[in-house]
Amino acid sequence: MKILVCISHVPDTTTKIQFEADKSGLNKAGVTFIINPYCEYGLSKAIGFQEEGKNITGITAICVGGPEVEPTLRKALAIGADDAVRIDANAGDSAFVARQIADYARGKDFSIIFTGKESIDFNGALVPGMLAEYLGLPFVSFATEMDLIAHERARFKREIDGGEEIVETALPVVVSCQKGIAEWRIPNMRGIMAARKKPLAVVSPTAVKDYTPTVSFDYPPAKGSCQYFEPANASGLVTALVNKGLI
Amino acid sequence: MEPVVKQQALKGGEFLIRETDAREVFIPEDFNEEQRMMAQACQDFINTEINPVIERIEHMEPGLLPSLMEKAGELGLLGITVPEEYGGLGMSFNTSMLIADIFGQTGSFSTAFGAHTGIGTLPIQYYGNEEQKEKYLPLLGSGQWKACYCLTEPDAGSDANSGKTRAVLSADGSHYLITGQKMWISNAGFADLLIVFAKIDNDKNLSAFIVEKTFGGITMGEEEKKLGIKGSSTRQVFFNETPVPVENMLSERGNGFKIAVNILNIGRIKLAAGVIGGCKDVLSKSVVYANERRQFGQSISGFGAIKHKMAEMATRLWVTEAAAYRAGQNIEQKIEELKASGLSKEEAILKGVEQFAIECAIMKVHGSEVLDYIVDEGVQIYGGMGFSADAPMERAYRDARITRIYEGTNEINRMLLVGMIFKRAMKGELNLLGPAMAVAKELTSMPEFGEDTPGILAEEKKVLKNLKKALLMVAGKAAQDIGARLDDEQEVLMLIADMVIEIYAAESALLRAEKMALTAGEDAAKSQLSMAKIYLAGAVERVQTAGREAIAAFATDDEANVLQMGLKRFTKTPLVNTVALRRQIADVLIAENGYKL
Repeated sequence: MKILVCISHVPDTTTKIQFEADKSGLNKAGVTFIINPYCEYGLSKAIGFQEEGKNITGITAICVGGPEVEPTLRKALAIGADDAVRIDANAGDSAFVARQIADYARGKDFSIIFTGKESIDFNGALVPGMLAEYLGLPFVSFATEMDLIAHERARFKREIDGGEEIVETALPVVVSCQKGIAEWRIPNMRGIMAARKKPLAVVSPTAVKDYTPTVSFDYPPAKGSCQYFEPANASGLVTALVNKGLI
Repeated sequence: MEPVVKQQALKGGEFLIRETDAREVFIPEDFNEEQRMMAQACQDFINTEINPVIERIEHMEPGLLPSLMEKAGELGLLGITVPEEYGGLGMSFNTSMLIADIFGQTGSFSTAFGAHTGIGTLPIQYYGNEEQKEKYLPLLGSGQWKACYCLTEPDAGSDANSGKTRAVLSADGSHYLITGQKMWISNAGFADLLIVFAKIDNDKNLSAFIVEKTFGGITMGEEEKKLGIKGSSTRQVFFNETPVPVENMLSERGNGFKIAVNILNIGRIKLAAGVIGGCKDVLSKSVVYANERRQFGQSISGFGAIKHKMAEMATRLWVTEAAAYRAGQNIEQKIEELKASGLSKEEAILKGVEQFAIECAIMKVHGSEVLDYIVDEGVQIYGGMGFSADAPMERAYRDARITRIYEGTNEINRMLLVGMIFKRAMKGELNLLGPAMAVAKELTSMPEFGEDTPGILAEEKKVLKNLKKALLMVAGKAAQDIGARLDDEQEVLMLIADMVIEIYAAESALLRAEKMALTAGEDAAKSQLSMAKIYLAGAVERVQTAGREAIAAFATDDEANVLQMGLKRFTKTPLVNTVALRRQIADVLIAENGYKL
C-alpha cells in the first residue's frame, strides 16, 4: 500500500508578515519556512501506519513549488517519508495546486492521499476536496482519527459542527487532517542524515491554468485611535460626531 | 562564483600577531541545511519534552531527568560525536557545539546533557581501547546508560592532580581496588558508568578508570543543595575498595591528569557554545517582557535606558557566538589537517583541541561572563518580576552562576591562557617576540598614522590592530620585567588575560560582521556592523583599563611613563556614537519581539 502525503511549504507561525514593495507577494527575506502543521499530521499518521506494520510499501511526500521548497521536503524525508517529489511550478491558486498533484498521482496506485485540512498561510482549505474530485476518489475532511480496517477500507472520526461523526470508506481515499489524527514527530538525528540520501525527484508541471492569479496583497486597515469624552462633555461628543459626518 | 580562498592552517594564539581574512572564518550563518535541521529538532525536543516539565525537573522528580536523557538518546542527540561504528552519528566538532548551544537554554538538563556527552563519554571515545569503546560507547550514545565524571575531591578542586583517591592492585592482579571520596559529581544520582580518577599506589600522577555502578563498593552522598541548576543531580561519591577489572583502566597508568586536562579543553569551548542558547532565550524573553510591560503610558522597551540594556545584551551574545564558532571551526580544520597527516581520528581531535587550548580558555571565560551579564540585565528589565520565582529570570540568574566556576574557574582559565601564550612564545611555537620588539621600537619613534585603507570596517580594523600592539607592549614588558616570578603575580596575569580575551572577542565580532557584509551586502548586515562597532568601542576601554592597571603594577617609574604613553597611543579611537547604534539594535529587537540577529 502506497501513501502520498501532500506538503505545503508555509511561513513559520511566528512570522511577521511583510509584503514586497509592489505588494505582489510576501517578502520572504529572513522568513523561516516550515511544513504546514496540518500536513505534518498526515505525514505522522502515514509513518504511524508504517510502524504499526500495516503493509505500507512507500510514503511519498509531494509539494508544488520552486527549488526553495526543497528544504521543507527534505524535512519530510528526515521525519520519515521514503521519497519526495517537487512539482516544479510556483504554486498558483488551489485548483492549480490540486490539478498538479492529481496529474502526478493519477495511475500511481496510492491507497491514501493525506493533505492538511488547510495551509496556514492562505487558509483556503480547498485543495483536498478539489484533489479528490480531480482523481474521482472519496474524500474525508477534517479527520481527527483514522483506522485501517478489513477489506481495504478505512474508518474515520471527523469534526463536525458541535460534535463528531464516524465515517467509513473504501480505499483509495483523500484525507484532510485535523489535529488529533496523529502527533507531530521530532526528526531523529539519524533520519536527518539519511534524508540527504533519499530520492527527491523534480517533476515538470502539466499545462494547467491558474484561474485566479493574485493581483496584489494589502494589510488590513490600521485600527483607529480611541477618543474619550468626560461624562460632563456630551456636547463635545456630539460635535465630534457631527464633524466626522456621522450624525 | 567567488574564488575559493585557500585556508591557511592556523595555530592557537596566533590571532594575536596575525591578521585574519574575514572569508576564512566560520560564522553561524554558514551552518548548512542539515545542521539547521538538527538544531531545529533539538529546539522541538526542548519545546515539547523539557519546557512543559521544567518545574518538575527543578524539584528533582525521581526518574524524570534520566528519562528525558533517554528520550534525547532515542532521537540521537546523545550520540552526535560518537563515531558511527559505535552507534553514533560521528558529526563534526562544530555540529556538536551547535547542539550544546541549543540545549544551553535548559539549565539543569543542559548540565546533565553536557556531563554525559562531554566529560562522561569523551574519555572513553578518545582514550578507550577498542574493547572499551565497543562495550561502552553504544550504551552511552543511545542513552541506555548515563555517565558521570569523578575528578574533584574535597581537597582537590582546581588543583586536581592532588587527589587522594587511591587504586591498589588486588592480590591476584585482576582488579584495582579504588578507595576515596569524590565531590560535586554531576549526574551521580543516576549514572550507570563513572569515569574515576585515582592514583595507583603512590604515583605522582592520576590514572583514569571506567567504573560500572554495579562493581560494588560505591555509595552516594545526599543530593547537594545548590544555588542553581537545582534539577541536576550533584552528589558526593564514595569508593570503598571498589573492584575495577584491570582492563578498565583508560589509556596508560599515570595518564589520567592528561586525560582530565584534554577533556576539560573540550568542555571549555563546549561551555561557551552552551551559554549561547541560554543568552538568546533570556534576551528574547526580556524583549517580549519589555514590549508588553507598560509604564508611564508606554511600553518600557521604548525607553532609552531599557534599549541600552537590550542592545548591549544582544551585542555581547552575538560576539560570544561569533568567537565560539570561529574557534570551533579552527579546531575542526586542525582536526581534519591532522587526520590527513595520518593521525587517528581520536588523536587528531585531542591534538586539534590542544592546539587551540588558549582559545578554549578564552571562550570559557568570555562565554560565562557574557551569560552572567545577560541574566543580570534580564532580571533588571523584568524589574520586580525579575526577583520573583514565578517569572523565568530568577531561575536563569541562579542557573548561570555555575558557569564561571566549573570546567576550571574563570580565574584558573585566565592564568592558564596567559601561561600558555608565554610558554608557546618561549618555545618558539608562537612568534610573539618579533612583533613585541617591533612594538617596543615603535614606542620610541614618531607615531605612524599609516595609510587609510578603504573597505568594510577599515577604521575599526585599524583600532583592533593597535589593541594587539597594546597587548604585545604590556605583555612583552611584563615578561621582561617580572617573567621569572610571573606565577606569583596573578593579578598581572589576570589583567593581561582580560586584554587577550577582549581582543579575541572584538576581532571575532569584526570578522563576523565583515563576512556578513561581504556575502549579504552592507545594508543587510547593518545591525551586525553596528554590533561589531559597539563591542569594539567597549573593548578599547576595557583593554585600556586593564593595561593601565598592569603597567602600574609592574613597571618602574621611568618605564611606566613610556608604557602609559604607548598605551594611550595604541588605544586611541575615534569617538563612536554607541548610544545611537544601540538604539538602532534595540529597535530591531523590539520590532522582531525577540532576538533573531
